[in-house]
Amino acid sequence: MTETSKSPKPHDTAVTTALDAYARRHRFRIVEVVPWIAAVAAYFVFPDYLALGGQILATIIFALSVDLLIGYAGIVTLGHAAMYGTGAYTAGLLAANGWGDPVSGLLIAACVSALVGFVSGALVLRTSGLTLLMQTLVVAALLYELANKAGHYTGGGDGLQGMNVWPVFGLFRFDLFGKTAYLYSLAVLFVCWLLLRTVVHSAFGRSLMGIRENPLRMQAIGTPVERRKLIAYTLSSALAGVSGALIAQTTGFVGLGVLSLEKSGSILIMLIIGGVGQLYGSFIGVPLYMIAQDRFAAIDPVFWYFWIGLFMVLVVLFARGGVLGVLGRMFERLGRSR
Amino acid sequence: MSDFAPAMISIAFHGLTLAMVLYLISVGLSVTMGLMGFVNLAHGAFAMAGGYVASTLMSRHGIPFPFAILAAVAVVTASALILERLLYRRLYGAEELDQVLLTMGLIFMSVGGATYIWGPLSQPMQPPPYLQGGLEVLGRTLPMYRLFLIVSGAVIVTALWLALERTRFGAQLRAAVDNLRMAETVGINTSRLFAFAFALGSGLAALGGALGAEVLAITPGYALEHLAYFLIVVAVGGLGSIRGPFFAALMVGVTDTALKYLVPEYGAFFIYALTMIILLRYPRGLLGRA
Repeated sequence: MTETSKSPKPHDTAVTTALDAYARRHRFRIVEVVPWIAAVAAYFVFPDYLALGGQILATIIFALSVDLLIGYAGIVTLGHAAMYGTGAYTAGLLAANGWGDPVSGLLIAACVSALVGFVSGALVLRTSGLTLLMQTLVVAALLYELANKAGHYTGGGDGLQGMNVWPVFGLFRFDLFGKTAYLYSLAVLFVCWLLLRTVVHSAFGRSLMGIRENPLRMQAIGTPVERRKLIAYTLSSALAGVSGALIAQTTGFVGLGVLSLEKSGSILIMLIIGGVGQLYGSFIGVPLYMIAQDRFAAIDPVFWYFWIGLFMVLVVLFARGGVLGVLGRMFERLGRSR
Repeated sequence: MSDFAPAMISIAFHGLTLAMVLYLISVGLSVTMGLMGFVNLAHGAFAMAGGYVASTLMSRHGIPFPFAILAAVAVVTASALILERLLYRRLYGAEELDQVLLTMGLIFMSVGGATYIWGPLSQPMQPPPYLQGGLEVLGRTLPMYRLFLIVSGAVIVTALWLALERTRFGAQLRAAVDNLRMAETVGINTSRLFAFAFALGSGLAALGGALGAEVLAITPGYALEHLAYFLIVVAVGGLGSIRGPFFAALMVGVTDTALKYLVPEYGAFFIYALTMIILLRYPRGLLGRA
């Protein structure tokens, strides 16, 4: 709860730093440190899997961007790969054409994806329900066809090759073991998470949740619903773009798959497995999905699809809210029985 | 301009074939979405299943073409009925997102399952001897099988439209699409209606998938690859509409064929752009109710 009374409390008399104020306002909880400890620990414990680890970290940003849309603004999209792919191709094309600086590449990719999100959002967000699903899907399909036909620049079905990514800040070279890629992805993820966390806890974030719950009422109390949704869509697009760009830079390759329906669908699945609208579902769902996929690919790649599909069905039927939802209910029950 | 007329005939002919297949597959989806408000992304999996069952019966068990098609429709309709009772009905009225996920999961299962049973290659579909060969029209040879596809499609569509206009079931279905609560109030058993409508739609999809295996090749990725087109047909046609998707299917089929013929490098691009424009102008589709 936000503090409503102005009366000074005993411990409040001390000079509060900006960080203190920030922490109180957004209620930093000790649990929130866990993913970061796990991420840093993974760096030391699994040195052989850093390449996969880096991709997981980058994909978490993509899942976070979708969480902002679905979990907070209530905009269900089946085409967020459009922004992810735009970011990936922007970063890829920059690096393949003589501008390999990773950090500025990320920023440019974020801007281009935000622009695509802003323009397409301004058009499609006027619709809702199935029509909106269709429109987002169509935007991604359009970009997919565009990237496919512009094979001269993008490499088409063969993928974009010949990327030359420079060292981060001119200091940290991308190595074969993926150490730099992992830490670079981790740093970017941390910045994105901090940004998103601030946004969802702000008044703006609260108004998004209001729009998700009841757009008509929010309109009635004077919230500019359409504008708020568009801002959320644009911000989410920028984040998705950063994620795509990160993957492109750290793997040195961009294929048409980054714009595919499968990409849009699988990120939804990862997010749902973790849990929607709680900011941390992505940190659980993405690693679970990608590690399982990696393991399955080694054993039986064909059947991976079957099992993940079955798992999805079971989650929807019996584990609403994903891992976080189940954990939440478990703790609730424990609390009640005590 | 001497080859203009034949070219037009080719486009119209092949476009119509594609339209028939798309319509047969998608009309059930329109009903599911319009009537039950259920976003069934996995609808294409029923069409794929129809194709697989029919081709397996024909190539491995030597069952004649018409019986193989009928058997495929029967098998898929029965399994759809079971799936509806076990899975789908639990999520009627649930959030869109949950429905998307459930059916996305079913798509992935269909992709994995089909690869496992039939392998990654596309399934051969050989028309019976009496439907092979071609018919000469204005200097173009039109394949006999596709002619059969158009004619049988037209017959099925007419039968479907008549049935929905004239039968008690059709009247109940139209009433429920118009106003679900009112329909329940006047004593229509909507739960049973939903099950029937779902099974009918899936059966038609299986028919479309099996008959149209030559147009939309039966591969494990079928449900995912063609999903965009099925959804376009439904969304552009108008949710819950029976006739709307037919015009949308015509539009998609003919435009797609014409573009592949005239400007092959931009094939699907224009379809998507056109869909976007139509949906912006008519968010409820061409024949959707306001």
